[in-house]
Amino acid sequence: MGYEFDFSAVFTNWQLLLIGLRNSIILGVTCLTLGLSLGLVVGTMRYARAPVLNWPATAFIEVFRNTPVLVQIMWFFFAFPIISPFEIDAFTAASLGLTLNTAAFSAEIFRAGIQSIERGQWEAGKALGMPYLDQLRRIVLPQAIRRMVPAFMNRAVELMKMTSLASVIAYGELMHKAKQISTLEFNPIEMYTSVALIFFVLIYPMALLVQRFELKLKDAVRS
Amino acid sequence: MNEILRLDNLRKSFGNVEVLKGIDLTVTKGEVVVLIGASGSGKSTMLRCINFMEIPTAGRIVLHGTPVGQEVSGRINYVERELTGIRTRIGMVFQHFNLFPHMTVRENVMEGPRTVLKLKPEECMRRAESHLGKVGLGWKADSYPSQLSGGQQQRVAIARALAMEPEIMLFDEVTSALDPELVGEVLETMKELADDGMTMLIVTHELGFAYTVADRVLFLSDGTILEHGTPAEILTHPKKEATKNFLRGHNSFRLPEPQLD
Repeated sequence: MGYEFDFSAVFTNWQLLLIGLRNSIILGVTCLTLGLSLGLVVGTMRYARAPVLNWPATAFIEVFRNTPVLVQIMWFFFAFPIISPFEIDAFTAASLGLTLNTAAFSAEIFRAGIQSIERGQWEAGKALGMPYLDQLRRIVLPQAIRRMVPAFMNRAVELMKMTSLASVIAYGELMHKAKQISTLEFNPIEMYTSVALIFFVLIYPMALLVQRFELKLKDAVRS
Repeated sequence: MNEILRLDNLRKSFGNVEVLKGIDLTVTKGEVVVLIGASGSGKSTMLRCINFMEIPTAGRIVLHGTPVGQEVSGRINYVERELTGIRTRIGMVFQHFNLFPHMTVRENVMEGPRTVLKLKPEECMRRAESHLGKVGLGWKADSYPSQLSGGQQQRVAIARALAMEPEIMLFDEVTSALDPELVGEVLETMKELADDGMTMLIVTHELGFAYTVADRVLFLSDGTILEHGTPAEILTHPKKEATKNFLRGHNSFRLPEPQLD
């Protein structure tokens, strides 16, 4: 025992870690943006009555919600390139896995949010002569999205944590950089502790924000 | 005859249950028609078929002499586009107001002209001011629906429908969800509208209002028009036993004339 902590190698490699952090954030933001957009489309399809829309959306959601993200990422990196006509780098594979996973979960959030709006709201729009998409866009979504915000922020927190899984296919995000540095410097304790700390500093404020928002929403419902 | 709306043998079923069993009706411009009847008699469904909130199972709706839908080998096909257009010409007010809670009163009234009619902002604004003024709520334009009383909300809902400048207005039990002391202001607004010459179809349990404002009263029973005529004929001299029973139920406890001066 009597381990001597030595964080110097963490500091001398700060530039590498910064690049890793930047890549983590790029991956997270990309997947969040694409995932939410796709989730809105899939969630709307899932809510539609027509089987041509509903069925594929349901299948998509169930597949991506009920398989591990790690498997999805590995599949897109190692299996998908064999059948796809184009090259797939680590970033693309990780983005595919995380985006589709986020889309599946947020589609369910969209669907539940849309369903929480009373029928009368749709009817009022319809009676004014609005087509279905206008009822959705002008009346239902603006109300539903307010109720969905905490759930989406939770997804963002989860997604930010999941970006570390991209290290298994050697995408140069924070976790991957840490693995590289710790192999060279023989300092896994200091290195992984530091990475955990960086993630915590990044994610904890997001989690706090979610809590604040949920409280605010509860107040709004009460008044 | 200045016919504006005609129902030809209108039928509606939900699954195996036939709710409307062949309704024939002609409404002329400026006429006020009140539908009365027990709950489940089909009066709300009839109203909701007129602006295609419900699609009729059979029969025809004729608006300004033009039948809605295409007849293909005995069945009527409805295209959503056509129905959307019909709905812009028929205003509807609901029992539960259904105002848009995320919009101010003014935005609620502007929403139809803006999103559906795609009018210029100034024109939407002008319509909102004018119709809110008409229902006496110009001063509430910047409030949100949740800040209004039920009666005020319902008057805003009337203004919202009027802002589309519809040819016909449908009222579906618009005072049933209101506290009794708020019913009067909504009925008053509707009476003014009737006096202005609006064509109106009204489902209501307010028989005094029907008596005063209606040109014609229809008594619906079990999906058919059992009896129709002037308010005096139906409400004070009913002929059919079902109509008499209905009125008995509504009249079992009555005030003598209250002295309100």
